[in-house]
Amino acid sequence: MAGMPSRHKSIFLLTGVVLLQILLLALQIKRDSEGRLIRVWTVGAFSPFERAGNHGIGHLRETWRHYFALQNTSRENEQLRRENDELKMQVNQLQSKASEADRLALLLNFHKSHESVPMLGARVIATSAGSASATIMLDRGSKDHIKKNMGVITPEGVVGKVVEVYDNTSEVLLLTDKDSGVGAMLSNSRKQSPVGGAGEPLLVMKYVANDDVVNVGERVVTSGMDKIFPRDLPIGTITEIKPGNPFKSIRIRPSADLERLEEVIVLLTLQPLQMNKETETTTPSASVASKPVAETAKSPVSGGPAAKTAPALVSPAPVPAAADAAAAVKPE
Amino acid sequence: MNDAFDIRNMESHIEVHKFRGGAIVAATLLALMFQAFVPVYFAKAAMIDLPLLITIYFGLSRRNPSTGLLLGMVIGLLQDSLSGPTVPLGLYGIAKTVIGYLASSIGARLDTEHPAARFALTIIFFGLHQGIVLLTRRILLAQSSVWFTMHLAAAAVVNAIVAVFLFALLDHLRKS
Repeated sequence: MAGMPSRHKSIFLLTGVVLLQILLLALQIKRDSEGRLIRVWTVGAFSPFERAGNHGIGHLRETWRHYFALQNTSRENEQLRRENDELKMQVNQLQSKASEADRLALLLNFHKSHESVPMLGARVIATSAGSASATIMLDRGSKDHIKKNMGVITPEGVVGKVVEVYDNTSEVLLLTDKDSGVGAMLSNSRKQSPVGGAGEPLLVMKYVANDDVVNVGERVVTSGMDKIFPRDLPIGTITEIKPGNPFKSIRIRPSADLERLEEVIVLLTLQPLQMNKETETTTPSASVASKPVAETAKSPVSGGPAAKTAPALVSPAPVPAAADAAAAVKPE
Repeated sequence: MNDAFDIRNMESHIEVHKFRGGAIVAATLLALMFQAFVPVYFAKAAMIDLPLLITIYFGLSRRNPSTGLLLGMVIGLLQDSLSGPTVPLGLYGIAKTVIGYLASSIGARLDTEHPAARFALTIIFFGLHQGIVLLTRRILLAQSSVWFTMHLAAAAVVNAIVAVFLFALLDHLRKS
């Protein structure tokens, strides 16, 4: 210290004095549950080393104890790993088949509860190539009596309408497409207003006046006014309401999972439809639960879980043409 | 002993001031008494941190970091003692030790005799003091406290105004 410059001396002095006072603080402070701060600091400073030492010694002990037992483990481990991989693959295949069987059972059950409505099951074989539109391609076309502007649904709710029909395929415009629309109404107040897509996962209900009472969580169902979809089919649930000018801005989460469609139902008629009220009460889970697996497997519709072709729910009946129904597709 | 002398050389012209006997002790005690008792009768006076102003003034004037930090420590610890059982010894002690050191160090490099310089330095040191106290509270005492309020900003300005007049008054305690 004798040969140290005075500036450094003062810095050392500052450090020493501050540290002393910190120590003084530590001696005084007593935390509620941990005792005096000095004890907390001491324990905090030493415990990492204690933990590290304990962990290291424990690790060494375990290594020593298991060394001899592990000599043959490597070979057994390799064999078990192979078996495990094979089993995982089998489980994945079975899960996939079970899932498919569930979906087909759902479709069948839905059809049985609405036998008066001509329907056709179809598989989704493609989706739109770009993000500018929301469409899907079905494996059924004009040969299966599908026509333009026919409605497409799932047991969960409305999917969209057929916009193009080819011999063996058809293209469906999903509800989420910004050019899509469906006649809808609020399930509680029965207030009618069209619902359309906005080019995003949520739908938009456009013409509800600010004075009308609407609640988040309220169900939106088809009104039947578009003459495509029967009345009271679920469209979605309201997730967001904002006041607007002159109408409220209402956003709806679709009931059908439009981003993961695999099988759908095409309504094989362009006439106004009336469905029985079971549609409202039949939930997908209830449908699946009420359908024995054996019965589903025997069903000529599903053709079993591994069916290669799309499920044909009904033999397509002659479909009356109703050209003016197309005009009601886009309610706006 | 010289009453005043150049700290480095003749070119710097920064003087180290000496004070009349007992001036520092008397000023310190008076400041602490003011701080402890006047707010009882005049609550707004609590806004003024006279011990801090005394620390700053003697730090800037004495221009010796060791003396400055020790004076700051003593003043701070006394203030802690007078602040009741909820304030542990060392809370203000640490803050004023650092302020005393910094004031002495800056005083040795800059001419701090001008009122504007004193005003500005007091605001800076006040903010720094608050910061150190707050850090000590948060880190060592696990007490929550806000970094900035309008009250603190106003207090900084008020203390700086008081400092300008107080420092001028204390200048009379210097040996001529």
